[in-house]
Amino acid sequence: MNISLILQMAADTEPERIGLVCEARRWSYGALLRAARGAALTVAKSTCSHVALLDESSEAAAIALFGAAMAGIPYVPLNYRLSNTDLTALLNRIAPAYVIGDDERIRQLSPKGSHVVRSRSVFVSEAEMAGDAAISAEEPEDGIAVQLFTSGTTAAPKAALLRHGNLVSYILGTVEFGSASPEEAALVSVPPYHIAGIAALLSSIYAMRRIVLLPAFEPEEWIALAAAERVSNAFLVPTMLSRIIARIDSSTTTDLRSLRFISYGGGRMPVELIERALALLPDTGFTNAYGLTETSSTIALLGPEEHRAAQASNDPNVRARLGSVGRPLPTVQIEIRDEDGKPLPPGERGEIYVRGEQVSGEYRERSALDSQGWFPTRDAGWMDADGYLFLSGRADDVIVRGGENISPGEIEDVLLSHPVIADAAAVAVPSTEWGEAVGIAVVPRPDQPLPSEDELRALIRDRLRSSRVPERIVVLEALPYNEMGKLLRREVRKLFQN
Amino acid sequence: MKSGTKLKSTVCDTEVMVIRGTGLVVSCGGAPMVEERPAERGTPDPAFCSGTLIGKRYVDAIGSLEVLCVKPGKGSLSVQGVALQIKDAKPLPASD
Repeated sequence: MNISLILQMAADTEPERIGLVCEARRWSYGALLRAARGAALTVAKSTCSHVALLDESSEAAAIALFGAAMAGIPYVPLNYRLSNTDLTALLNRIAPAYVIGDDERIRQLSPKGSHVVRSRSVFVSEAEMAGDAAISAEEPEDGIAVQLFTSGTTAAPKAALLRHGNLVSYILGTVEFGSASPEEAALVSVPPYHIAGIAALLSSIYAMRRIVLLPAFEPEEWIALAAAERVSNAFLVPTMLSRIIARIDSSTTTDLRSLRFISYGGGRMPVELIERALALLPDTGFTNAYGLTETSSTIALLGPEEHRAAQASNDPNVRARLGSVGRPLPTVQIEIRDEDGKPLPPGERGEIYVRGEQVSGEYRERSALDSQGWFPTRDAGWMDADGYLFLSGRADDVIVRGGENISPGEIEDVLLSHPVIADAAAVAVPSTEWGEAVGIAVVPRPDQPLPSEDELRALIRDRLRSSRVPERIVVLEALPYNEMGKLLRREVRKLFQN
Repeated sequence: MKSGTKLKSTVCDTEVMVIRGTGLVVSCGGAPMVEERPAERGTPDPAFCSGTLIGKRYVDAIGSLEVLCVKPGKGSLSVQGVALQIKDAKPLPASD
């Protein structure tokens, strides 16, 4: 099944219902379908090998996603925040591409004219004009729907491939068709090149929940738009939630009464922050979603009832679930494995493996699936006896000190419990004695006296054990994050190279 | 017939997509569904006329077959004369 069927079904059911709101324009499902068909004709005629988007969120992202799908051409949303050098390299990997968005920049990056380039407005109006003449042909089924370049926090970006079958399995497994009432609206503020941005379009259209796009996230505007459009659902990365919470804290006029559900994911959520959010928005249901680009978005989730049960519980094991990513979706299997690939029992930390129809695990160069279809996520974690999954960093981030595996997360959690420490990262530093040892980078709160190195070492020795005590400590004004709030550990490691 | 195959009713507008199940003949309105719809529309069996609903998943009693209705129609679905049932949806919280 081709993902374009998702839009087709919504448009067949209620063609006039508003499906997407972007700035001043309100798009019905019927209008989106016509434009997507028009886009399919236009891009097919171009004979390009990829349909790329270099733009913030807008209706063009939805039209390009479904239009490319109908034409059987991979859709490749690109990160517009990348440097010119990095972007040029990616554009070369998808040439010849039909590129939509920042036409001036694209022409500057590829002066030889190897791509077909359209600005957002020209693309959309051409698609709408061609749409009326389009016929609904049978679309290719098993091809690549979306190609996403991974963020490359550890190495060069990999081209992750999501086939129609992966994305459709994800949607059918998680969303009931047309289940949203006409009042419901989802505020989408993640960029279009993020898997959550793709999944948001597919899930909301299949549920027939109106999408409200916020092209560039800013907490003030997010709150205003949520109120104006009476938004009921929103997805946020933890840094966005943190900025919204700070704004709600300092304001008495925020009206977020319509906001019934907030889901979050895409990065580590500090327990302190989610507890604050639960207290500030007592009527809102929170869902923690864990997923990866290579798994077509969510594979495990902690739902609203589980959040409130954990918040209210005196049982430390139940309470701890606020720091978990919940349980696997019914449609996927998750295992924790040791370095030899052997499954580990509950409570033991290892690498997270996942299997299911939504799991692609496929890159342009190779598939990362093993012979039984399991995908090694490179995320480290463990499962409790009730099947709740806890993350503990990337498998590559493990510090191996004299043969002992140390998770950066456990050290960071202890450091963050210190009232003066605003942010902290633990990484492996070279050690002649141990092979690797612990290095920490800490960020003190503004205008606070920095604790001495001895104090920090004592804190970790008392709470954990001596092997976790940092050999080296640096103090920073801020830790390096990418724009999605992912800590760039390789940058932290560089600080300790000398 | 494999998963992903689209089947069309020969007696009404119903179209389904096969999610699971091979080697079974799915009927709509009492007539076997086909991949290419014939020019002439047949007459539905009154015993199988309670209609199909878009977006619903239909299963047989032993769970060997599952289809998704992608276009609704007047006929209803069956395998070997036994009506398919709507699969109960277990709602998950919206996660994106």
